[in-house]
Amino acid sequence: MGERPVKLEIRNMTKLFKNNDGVRNVNLTVYEGEFLTLLGPSGCGKTTILRAIGGFVDVDEGDILIDGRSVVRLPPEKRPTAMVFQSYNLWSHMTIYDNLAFGLRIRKMPKKEIQERTRQMLELVKMSGVEKKYPAQLSGGQQQRVAIARALLLQPSVLLLDEPFSALDAKIRMQMREELKRIQQDLNITVVFVTHDQEEAMAISDRIVVMSKGVFEQIGTPTEVYDNPASRYVASFIGEMNFIEEPDGKVIAVRPEAISLVKGEGQGRLNGVIRTIMVLGHFAEINVDVDGRNFKVFQPRHISDTFAVNDRVSLTFDKYHVF
Amino acid sequence: MRLLSIRGFYYAVGRKKFFEFIVLSVFLLFFYLPLLHLFMLAFADRYEAPALFPQEWGFKWWDYVLSQDRLVSSIVMSFIIAVVTTLVSMVICIPAAYALARFSFPGRRIFFFSFLLSDAFPKMGLYVAIGIIFYKLQLIGTFLGVVIIHVLNSIMFMTWIPANAFRSIHRQQEEAARDAGAGPFRTFLSVTFPLALPGIIVAMLFTFLHSLEESQGTLLVGFPQIKTMTVEMYGIIMQYATTAGPVFSIILMIPTLLVLFLMRRYLSPDTIAKGFKMK
Repeated sequence: MGERPVKLEIRNMTKLFKNNDGVRNVNLTVYEGEFLTLLGPSGCGKTTILRAIGGFVDVDEGDILIDGRSVVRLPPEKRPTAMVFQSYNLWSHMTIYDNLAFGLRIRKMPKKEIQERTRQMLELVKMSGVEKKYPAQLSGGQQQRVAIARALLLQPSVLLLDEPFSALDAKIRMQMREELKRIQQDLNITVVFVTHDQEEAMAISDRIVVMSKGVFEQIGTPTEVYDNPASRYVASFIGEMNFIEEPDGKVIAVRPEAISLVKGEGQGRLNGVIRTIMVLGHFAEINVDVDGRNFKVFQPRHISDTFAVNDRVSLTFDKYHVF
Repeated sequence: MRLLSIRGFYYAVGRKKFFEFIVLSVFLLFFYLPLLHLFMLAFADRYEAPALFPQEWGFKWWDYVLSQDRLVSSIVMSFIIAVVTTLVSMVICIPAAYALARFSFPGRRIFFFSFLLSDAFPKMGLYVAIGIIFYKLQLIGTFLGVVIIHVLNSIMFMTWIPANAFRSIHRQQEEAARDAGAGPFRTFLSVTFPLALPGIIVAMLFTFLHSLEESQGTLLVGFPQIKTMTVEMYGIIMQYATTAGPVFSIILMIPTLLVLFLMRRYLSPDTIAKGFKMK
């Protein structure tokens, strides 16, 4: 990964708001063609970082470099970035064509070329033929596609996406996520993506920055973040996790799929009783009660089918983390 | 059964409907009877007070009013003043409205409410005070003086309604324009202004109509050099027969109705109510 050219670099950036929220001393490097996600709950500062890159937030300290050039003092219109917001991206008084052509007209592109490019771009986002419609005539998902098309037409060095799918239905969100990934890979563009949805972050990203209260908890690939969470916070935020508080103050964290069940008592680490078995497709979620504490266990169907509610089982941890 | 029986009607529509009907009838009577009376008098050649209907019908006073050059010129003057007032008011108030909508600064709310102050005092008292200042500034009897008075009257409409229109525009829409490469001014012209236009048009209409009907201030500051329709109205009521007044007021109504009719699509109770929301 170090071999790849650096596209975006944030150096010692600090931005604090009046209520002391914000981000302190952020350092981040994004490589060319990389899909980087800032993940965290609302108010963790992820949007602040994104807006600082786009030029919508004045930073207190630090520098932001895109293609090796400092952009921190430039207004948004002078930055080589394009942003897609959560909602209200499109100008409702303009047709889709005018929406798409707006930035290109400012760049004094000839009309023929604008027409050609907008047509190609709408094709890319699977929205061909909507040029003459107004945004209100499109669904929320379609509007976001157009917003992505408009951002891509600007040919930005870095594409910034601020929870672009969070206002959409779950099913459409999944579709859009897949298509965004496809477009990003096809065009090999650099993307900084903000979301509070850990599943979305896992599915789409090359690297994830897990944030909490203005601090980077962990930076890594989805696999790294999932398999080796750097802190208890990351462990609880990404995926499902069972926590066991030890008497010595340590906390043991086990993924539900890393627990094996054996019928009867004695052989495993803990003993318990099966309370519920929920079939969730190709696997089942088994909740085991161990002295009043609940353990969530994922097992493939061929194993889960051999258990029944109220069976006494013993639990073995195949893999666990200690914090 | 008789066709029109009050008891029959009462039982047919039910108690609630019946009283609603009475209230509505009384309201309509209060609202439209003076207007009907006005229309009637306008087409009366001779009318003496206690009678219900005019003694002679005809178009005598229409001929008279329309043949008076000064009346026609006052109509022209009214329109010129209303147009100039609306434009000047827009130039002054729309930037102020934008600032009030988008930037927070200490005293913003008090500033916002202060536009109500001019409506809190009896207007005439205010105009007398303004008149003294205008006299010193030699604005009495000038076109500029009258326009200033009219603009002062329009400030509340022209800031409140557009400010609320600006506030209802989502920031992302402006930010998206900046992001696409438009500077602040271009963003305002091609995104913010068109999106706020329905609200701005409502404010313009109010200002325009208000200016057309303004008389007190115009009379005090502009008379006798600047004579608008409403100012001439005073003279007519005092100088001519009672039936000349109605003719003139119908002529006064025509432009107002025309403007309201043409702009009806912007004038929903909803947009007006939204325009006066205080935040």
